[in-house]
Amino acid sequence: MPLPSSFSAVFVNNYAMAALVERLRTSVVAAPTASVINVVGAVVVVVVAVAAAQRIYQGGPAYFIQTMGFGLAQGSIFALVALGYTMVYGIIELINFAHGDVFTLGAFFSLALMPAFGMVEGKISGPALILPLLGLFVITMLFCGVVNVIIERVAYRPLRHAPRLAPLITAIGMSALLEGIMFVWKGPFNLRYPDFLPETQVTVFPGATVAAKALMVMGVAVVLMVALTLFIGRSKLGKAMRATAQDSDAAQLMGIDINRTISATFFIGAVLAGAGGIIYGLYYNSVAAFDGFQYGLIAFTAAVFGGIGNIPGAALGGVLIGIIAAISDGYFNPAWTQVLIFSILIFVLVFRPTGLLGMRVPEK
Amino acid sequence: MTAIQTYVRAHMREPNAIAYAALLLAALLFPITVQFATNGNADYLVGLAADGGVYMLMAIGLNVVVGFAGLLDLGYAAFFAIGSYTYAILASDHLSITPLGHSVHLPFWIVLFVAMFVAAGAGVLLGAPTLRLRGDYLAIVTLGFGEIVPQVFSNGGVWTGGVPGMSALDVPTLPFWFQGPWVDQPLALTTETFRFTTSNLTAYYVLMVVLIIGVVILVNNLQHSRLGRAWMAVRENESAAAACGVNTVSIKLLAFSIGAATSGFAGAFYGAKLSYVSSENFGFDVSVTVLAMVVLGGMGNIPGAMIGSIVLYFILFQFLPNAPAQFQQLATSVGLDSLNHATADWPGLGEEVGRMKYVVFGLVLVGIMLLRPQGILPSQVRKQELTHSGHHEIAQEAK
Repeated sequence: MPLPSSFSAVFVNNYAMAALVERLRTSVVAAPTASVINVVGAVVVVVVAVAAAQRIYQGGPAYFIQTMGFGLAQGSIFALVALGYTMVYGIIELINFAHGDVFTLGAFFSLALMPAFGMVEGKISGPALILPLLGLFVITMLFCGVVNVIIERVAYRPLRHAPRLAPLITAIGMSALLEGIMFVWKGPFNLRYPDFLPETQVTVFPGATVAAKALMVMGVAVVLMVALTLFIGRSKLGKAMRATAQDSDAAQLMGIDINRTISATFFIGAVLAGAGGIIYGLYYNSVAAFDGFQYGLIAFTAAVFGGIGNIPGAALGGVLIGIIAAISDGYFNPAWTQVLIFSILIFVLVFRPTGLLGMRVPEK
Repeated sequence: MTAIQTYVRAHMREPNAIAYAALLLAALLFPITVQFATNGNADYLVGLAADGGVYMLMAIGLNVVVGFAGLLDLGYAAFFAIGSYTYAILASDHLSITPLGHSVHLPFWIVLFVAMFVAAGAGVLLGAPTLRLRGDYLAIVTLGFGEIVPQVFSNGGVWTGGVPGMSALDVPTLPFWFQGPWVDQPLALTTETFRFTTSNLTAYYVLMVVLIIGVVILVNNLQHSRLGRAWMAVRENESAAAACGVNTVSIKLLAFSIGAATSGFAGAFYGAKLSYVSSENFGFDVSVTVLAMVVLGGMGNIPGAMIGSIVLYFILFQFLPNAPAQFQQLATSVGLDSLNHATADWPGLGEEVGRMKYVVFGLVLVGIMLLRPQGILPSQVRKQELTHSGHHEIAQEAK
């Protein structure tokens, strides 16, 4: 049997061979870089986790419980804000930069509204507070919802079919505008937010206490999140929102009013942010016009962490980010907390772009 | 006159050529005009223009990233910070107080390029793992990076000067081969000598103009090269570009690091001009301002980005800071002097106008995107693409 004149003559048109070469090439070139990056990532995570565990062990259980209480409380506020980011991103793939400022607007608006409800510090306390506080929550939440719907109507809807960059820039513009309005209204100072919540400490087990404030914050956040889950899962509008997020064209063909659904999403996101704003004020007793942007970025990180577009993911991400921030504040240097949080953002996107609970979505 | 007319007629179809000519003319005439107009007291304005040049350089660099390659970078100020801090560390007494114990005083002209390469290196480090991601994930990563870098510099303790930053950086000098009879001689049109001193800002202005001309020539050549066409292909349709044999990841990485290099370059100049760096000068607002300049001017068009940077810089750094005083004068002259005085719930007209800065900025951003999304001087290629795709969409809707 004669040998082929050259090996290439046999192999050139051989698709199987071409595929094999391609596979070899990718395995040689791509896989090691990817696995090196993954190994580096895993090592960094393990080192940080071990360092944290060691400090937590040294700090003792009482301090840990206190830190966790703080972390869960601030995590619930992050979660409330993160839900708005994730819902809006899920439905129109837009990072609504103005969302963080809607959150601050909630705190500012409720602060201005308090005297109308007779809520003056020192004059009212205890059970008498429940009714005015409820009214305050409802009106502020509605107000924030309406503001966010107007923002969507003015700044995002006309650009829905424009290039991706356009609505992002109007979002940044709207954020600056809201900050500017609050700045003109109240100036650059830290405003004092009345302290209505009890200062008592609740003993969780002998020797370890958690602030009652923190438990109340968690309680309100849980109630709101359960309400949101029920709304998204059970109501007709919630179903429409899920359908639009999945495939807006198909949803439109099924007779869903896309514009109405998107407005509703912005409304609900802002309602949660407004409630978050009040809770933030009551918990930290201080608020300033420019707080919202940074806070919003952290909440957005939480949304990405949990899986952007995924509602339980945003709640989980918010709580985790809150706990991580509290551990970093309590056991490490608070000056590095922000660096840590934004490093988590980059890490998650590099190693697991879908977040903790997200699923892989093809680029549209 | 006729020469200008024929030139303008010949280039009617190329607004870019006219824009370049007008910009060059304006750059030459600006210091002379303002010095004459204010009887030689316009050093402040010339220095302001040199600072504006820093933003213009950044806008040109970001235009490569956002305009040419279509990558959204929301942390562009991070590279600016890296450039500035590189200059501050390599050209000041600062290192002598660190554990190293020795200060380094490299010449300005060398650090300018060192800063450029350091920033480009940071761009590669950040871009290499993240440019594989979807478009807006890149925006998020850069946003996070932009938040991290200034914070790291402000936490850097003795190495980066901590929160107060570093001051008393070296003043640039002309390179030795540039010394000649004109050094220390009065220039014809100004009464100062052409030296880099804090009192004479014309030298910085001239240097800035030279740097910008150099960068514009380089970026312009890149745009019309094979690389530039690859960027455009990636911007318009990444899958199609990849199918045509464009290595999309390395092309995007190049755009990202060239943008970062320009920003680092601008950062080194900024540090030298200000003789001071602090982490507070490199926040998200800087990134957004530069992005707004590119968008306002016209994405993907170099003279557009330059004009956008001039317009926005004038509004943000000349018009708005001066607005409170002018409004106060106006109120006094129309007999409403009482408005100028602060009361319990009215902080005074000046303060109130000063606070309007963010409102104006927000309105400018939203207004441009809604009213003229293509910018002041849009890219001709892009315009064609936009109108073409418009027809396509109309045809689709008709079906």
